[in-house]
Amino acid sequence: MHEYSIVQSLYDAVAAQAAARGGKAVHALRVRIGEMSGVDPGLLDTAWRTFRVRTICEDASLEVQIVAAEWQCSLCGAEVRRGGVLTCAACGAPAKLKQGDEILLDRIVMEVP
Amino acid sequence: MCDSCGCGDTNLVPIDVQQRILSDNERTAMHNRHHFLERSLLAINVMGSPGAGKTAVLEATAKALDGARLIGALAGDLATDNDAQRLNAAGIRAESITTGSACHLDAGMVHHALHHLPWSDLDYLFIENVGNLVCPAVYDLGQAANVVLLAVTEGEDKPLKYPVMFHKADLVLISKIDLLPYLPDISLDRIVESLRRVMPDPKYIAVSARTGQGIAEWMQWLRDQEAGVASGDGHASHHHDHTHV
Repeated sequence: MHEYSIVQSLYDAVAAQAAARGGKAVHALRVRIGEMSGVDPGLLDTAWRTFRVRTICEDASLEVQIVAAEWQCSLCGAEVRRGGVLTCAACGAPAKLKQGDEILLDRIVMEVP
Repeated sequence: MCDSCGCGDTNLVPIDVQQRILSDNERTAMHNRHHFLERSLLAINVMGSPGAGKTAVLEATAKALDGARLIGALAGDLATDNDAQRLNAAGIRAESITTGSACHLDAGMVHHALHHLPWSDLDYLFIENVGNLVCPAVYDLGQAANVVLLAVTEGEDKPLKYPVMFHKADLVLISKIDLLPYLPDISLDRIVESLRRVMPDPKYIAVSARTGQGIAEWMQWLRDQEAGVASGDGHASHHHDHTHV
């Protein structure tokens, strides 16, 4: 259950942005979480609801955009099907993760003076 | 509040941030990595389930090296320092990182522990993570490589259940291989097949800390990694305001 420490880092990042802009209250957050990031979106949301109490994020909703894992051949770039053996069907080279490991704070909506 | 037209609405602004949430940890991990590189120290993040045999493999490693390399360890543990005691008894210079309720090590904990372990003369530093196949995979510690243990007793589909952990592995040690004859339903081939579905280029060694099977191959893998940290130029490129023992 490392989602609480992810939320701590998320809050620190948001608080720093708010301080830099004189923001008074944060209304909404959007994060992008990759399927292969090791972060569980449901647990992240639960952790967020617990953590935000009595902070400038008290009323801030958390939108979690899930980024699907996509693999491609590290040599020829062809798509490699997920769920199967992670080598290229065309040339046999190992696949690499094209997307799906991100843990990203995407957007903040805040109230500014 | 909007003060241009008197409507009373709040000024809400969207800010596109595009910031990696764990960027602080990544910064600290990079700092650790510079420290390791400046000393040509091979740091290995050792992960696996509770009871996969992480400590036993490190004990076998110390025995096999027999003083040929100076090795140290940081042992992450929720509540005890048993692992560090075992490692010290095996001739490894070891320090505990007691995490309390935390399910993983992060770069800051490792950095803090480095202030308590004389490490700068070491050849290898094993960072034995908390026994857990989920959380430790998320946190970079500054290691040169991730080694994940998978005991044959854990079942063939563990890699499929914990794809993130095995995807992050540079090497999988399939441990307790001496028990395979007693596990009629477990096949090494099927374990490797699972690995191939989560690791694009799976590297694995079947080992037994008890019989020594595979340990020579593991020693060779470690020696092969030494070239990657041999540059010794980490120090010039990073600033720090403290000293390490």
